Amino acid sequence: MSAVTLRPLRSDTLTAGRLPRWSVPVAIVGSLLIGYLIADGLQESPNLALVAGLGFVLFLVTMEVATRLVEGRRQASDRRATHLVTAAFVLALVPLGSVLWEAISQGIGRLDATFFSYSMRNVVGAGGGAAHAITGTLWITGLAALISVPIGLMTAIYLAEYGSGNRTAKAITFFVDVMTGIPSIVAGLFAYSLMAMIFGPGSVFGFSGSIALSVLMIPVVVRSCEELLRLVPNELREAAYALGVPKWITIVRIVLPTAISGLVSGIILAIARVIGETAPLMIAAGFTASLNNNLLDNPMMTLPVFVYDSYAHPGSDVTPYLDRAWAGALTLILIVMLLNLIGRLVARRFAPKTGR
Amino acid sequence: MTRPVTHETVTESGDQGGPGVQATAADDKRRVGDSVFRLLATGSGLTILVILALVAAFLVIQGSPALLAPAETLKTQGYGEFAAWVAPFAFGTVWAAILALAMAVPVAIGIALFISHYAPRAIAQPLGYVIDLLAAVPSVVFGLWGTSVLAVATQPLYLWLNTHLSWIPFFGGQASGTGRTILTAAVVLAVMVLPITTSMCREVFLQAPRLHEEAALALGATRWEMIRMAVLPFARPGIVAAVMLGLGRALGETMAVAMVMSGGRNITFQVLTSNNPNTIAATIAQNFPEAFGLKTNQLVAAGLILFLITLVVNMLARWIVARRAEYSGAN
Repeated sequence: MSAVTLRPLRSDTLTAGRLPRWSVPVAIVGSLLIGYLIADGLQESPNLALVAGLGFVLFLVTMEVATRLVEGRRQASDRRATHLVTAAFVLALVPLGSVLWEAISQGIGRLDATFFSYSMRNVVGAGGGAAHAITGTLWITGLAALISVPIGLMTAIYLAEYGSGNRTAKAITFFVDVMTGIPSIVAGLFAYSLMAMIFGPGSVFGFSGSIALSVLMIPVVVRSCEELLRLVPNELREAAYALGVPKWITIVRIVLPTAISGLVSGIILAIARVIGETAPLMIAAGFTASLNNNLLDNPMMTLPVFVYDSYAHPGSDVTPYLDRAWAGALTLILIVMLLNLIGRLVARRFAPKTGR
Repeated sequence: MTRPVTHETVTESGDQGGPGVQATAADDKRRVGDSVFRLLATGSGLTILVILALVAAFLVIQGSPALLAPAETLKTQGYGEFAAWVAPFAFGTVWAAILALAMAVPVAIGIALFISHYAPRAIAQPLGYVIDLLAAVPSVVFGLWGTSVLAVATQPLYLWLNTHLSWIPFFGGQASGTGRTILTAAVVLAVMVLPITTSMCREVFLQAPRLHEEAALALGATRWEMIRMAVLPFARPGIVAAVMLGLGRALGETMAVAMVMSGGRNITFQVLTSNNPNTIAATIAQNFPEAFGLKTNQLVAAGLILFLITLVVNMLARWIVARRAEYSGAN
């Protein structure tokens, strides 16, 4: 198709041969209406998901036909891509909205002072709280981050700045990828048996949980940090070397600050990834109903395990246990969201100016 | 640490001593700093190898009693003959992960493109934050949501699929009455791998060379053509890495699967029935607390199989990444 199709040109407009701007909203509303009518014919009471699904398919077909007729094939595929990409985003909001709505509506009831100030010691049925689980989560995750971030960041620096291409670096990259695939439960088994070998069988305590979480967290930190360090333009490094700056100062002062916003966001995503881990902590840090601030002795409860325990082992009256489970879930979400917020503020504060 | 990079900080007179310091002394200081830093970096890398070696060694040592034991012993003291016992779980693990990724990857790429190239620039960052909120939801909460909300909501759809499309092998069999099927578990897994996959794809899409994009647009390409010509080819290794992260998470995810479905030892591709293949991770979680002796060894050996599956997947992904040209700014 090399020949240009000549359309009757309206002399006073640049929008000839284009669909009018109102066509998209009109098509959306129309498709949803028809979708509703079809769903109404199929079901007694049409449900929202069916209407939305039918409406979207109708909308795509309508727009495809209309754009092809008016604007041509290339514009049609462009519009189709726009609609599909937008739909993907909207689709992802559905589970997010649903999870948050359920957590808030079912968890808010027990999110009171008692929940944060009492443990489950000697509590049967209603009452009690998750003070022991919250402190446990903060201790264990904090220690895990303290172990993982230096090791992970330094390894990323080694891979991106020192090792590029040599055999050690290749081996480390490969095994970091392998570690990324370590299932969380295996990390828990590893920590449990490590402690069992050192302190004897049945040694279940907080530090063991931190070890398990570190095994999961280190590769995530390394991978995200390495990707980001590699995206720092070489011109910056060369400019620093040209000014006579030693390599390690170049890394600390030039490379890291350039990537800092991504590094912080990567580390926080890594914490978010491990703070909700349940399976490894169930095995390595155990269950308890009491507050324990000693990482080196006795089981330590954590918030995810608290949620699972409340859900899986309720008493004869299920309601208070489920309420506590949802309240714990909501607390966990809030803690991670707070971490995210802090991370993002720090990242924005120190972010370098970029094109975007 | 993160002072603005100025000429002052990059010249050595800033921190390395006063203006009067001898050049040789400064050189020595540099060399010491450089070698210490290099040693720290290398040491960290080697630590990772040691940790991984310890994990692997532990799996082999603790799993070998079950692997080496005769079938008769396993039947009486364990869960039964090893290969026959673990095969259905291995199948379930891979099958659930494949289902999850088939749903998650197209959506993740779409979301990442939406945030990086379609959304108005002013709201792109908040939208990215909204998707990251999904990563803020812990697996145990997704498990809770999967059993009590999603399974209930999708059950009518499963019934409809089972009634009208049962000629497709996946939708055959007797539909579950609770909705707690492997498909529900896979949907939960898909939602769980979305944020990690999306955030990684988004990062790479944003790093696509601006000049290439503008050149494509200037030549008259539509936005979609520009993305296909300038963004996706550049981002392909990043997408593979993102899918890999997602797969790692889907294969190893324990709680969501264990809470959503009650699996058994079935090898079936039907996704709507109550007879679901359990995953290795969920099996270990469900049985480990009560296990003792040889049973513990057998569960660890199952963990070793899971480990090997992820190893193969990662090696495959690495191979795909290695075939693509480098796109790093640091080479």
